[in-house]
Amino acid sequence: MFRTTGRFLLLLALPLLMTPAIAEDPSKSNKKQAVIKLATTTSTDNSGLLDYLLPSFKKQTGYEVHVIAVGTGKALRIGCDGDADVVLVHAPKAEKAFVEKACGEKRNAVMYNDFVVVGPDSDPAGLESATTVNDAMKNIVKTQSLFVSRGDDSGTHKKELSLWKAAGAEAAGKWYREAGQGMGKVLQMAGEMDAYTLTDRGTWLAYKAKSPLKIRFEGDRVLQNPYSIIAVSKEKYTDINYVGAMALINWIRAEQAQDLIAEFKIENTRLFTPSAHPARKNALRTSVKK
Amino acid sequence: MSNSSSAITDAFSLLVSGDAELWNIIGISFQVSTTAIALSIIPALVVAFLLAYIKFPGRRFLVSFFSTLLSVPAVVVGLTLYLVLSRHGLLGEWRLLFTQTAMVLGQMALSFPILVAMGHAALQSSDKRAWETARTLGAGVFKTIYIVLREVRFGLFAALLAAYGRILAEVGASMMLGGNILHHTRNIPTAIALETSKGDFAQGIALGMVLLMLAFTLNYLLHYFQGKEGLVE
Repeated sequence: MFRTTGRFLLLLALPLLMTPAIAEDPSKSNKKQAVIKLATTTSTDNSGLLDYLLPSFKKQTGYEVHVIAVGTGKALRIGCDGDADVVLVHAPKAEKAFVEKACGEKRNAVMYNDFVVVGPDSDPAGLESATTVNDAMKNIVKTQSLFVSRGDDSGTHKKELSLWKAAGAEAAGKWYREAGQGMGKVLQMAGEMDAYTLTDRGTWLAYKAKSPLKIRFEGDRVLQNPYSIIAVSKEKYTDINYVGAMALINWIRAEQAQDLIAEFKIENTRLFTPSAHPARKNALRTSVKK
Repeated sequence: MSNSSSAITDAFSLLVSGDAELWNIIGISFQVSTTAIALSIIPALVVAFLLAYIKFPGRRFLVSFFSTLLSVPAVVVGLTLYLVLSRHGLLGEWRLLFTQTAMVLGQMALSFPILVAMGHAALQSSDKRAWETARTLGAGVFKTIYIVLREVRFGLFAALLAAYGRILAEVGASMMLGGNILHHTRNIPTAIALETSKGDFAQGIALGMVLLMLAFTLNYLLHYFQGKEGLVE
């Protein structure tokens, strides 16, 4: 009987011996400052952009970036609480509030893409014929067509709410479904429900092949979607990895990374247009639409 | 959906190809969950033992309390610890949020009540005479505790398996506390949640099958070492 218990304890200890000790956790060791915690939105991570960019950054600077991909609202919250070193987000209004509250330093433009309205083949709200995004949103309300909202306080959700407001429409009723989930999940739901939804073009391109939906409205200037990178305030949190945050900010805004962003494509379509250097922006803008 | 069958075939090929990313995720899952269970089992057994063998005021309350904790959603455990570990939280100084240690703490908090409640139930079924006999025959307190625990070892095994199974499969607390960071805090359940949200069902199903297969292997081994083949003798 004693032997049974002994053997059992040995078995329990076995995985512990086989796996590297937990003390090797890099964010806990003395090399702590070699890790940068980046709170960002699902759109930059799910589209594959960060997986594509960050290995170069690591190779050149030695910093390891821990990506925490959540909605913009939560990313800003994590940054403001000092639980991340730097944030990469897309919600200009919320970003300004973030800086005003002294949670972060200044907003640095990185890139932009745009939002599109996707919907079912049948296009029950007739968005194909709408000329402005205002008309498009009004048509959805008028025809009571199903619309899936992110409902998660993300950048896309904030944008969507501002569009309803601008169109003077009330986003409520049986046709309006708040999912409370990430962009990918919402695209899947809208696909299953034959509903419309608002999505950033980057995520849409990454999901397009798996979705029965199609772009139903695009191209209005109002739908521009700028991304900023902001270092969390070093005055507020003195032990934050500010040096690392600045290294990432400078790197991602330098010419080389900006070129990498411009070259990042899915199915031959560019996902994001670099915008750190406005002078270069005009040259690049022509190629972003369709 | 037409691609659900291809998702399963993709899952199989992913498994046999020995995908490095996949094995990294599996490694993190087991490292975190095994550490959590190893750290919580001894104190949990002590609590279970006290609840079963010592009369003290508030004992009944504690028994109900630990049983109630079984119904707390993992996400709530995650959120509570998140607030504690966040920089502004009680233990914010430790800077543990979004690390494996935070995940271990979350899983300890999840497994502890299971171990206590089920361990207590197992000990309740033990015969108090075993304790008395051992003591009369001159066994020391620790030796006696060991004898009693051995007496109910099958119930304790069941508690261990239930607790390990729960934390190996839970997603809510790991997602909140670990942050699902690739190569660092991404374990099997959070990876499944991520792949599902990305629409990569094949990868999600593959990971789900890995989890099942590993859980089965573990269960089989434990039952084997337990050495009774589940039969009443």
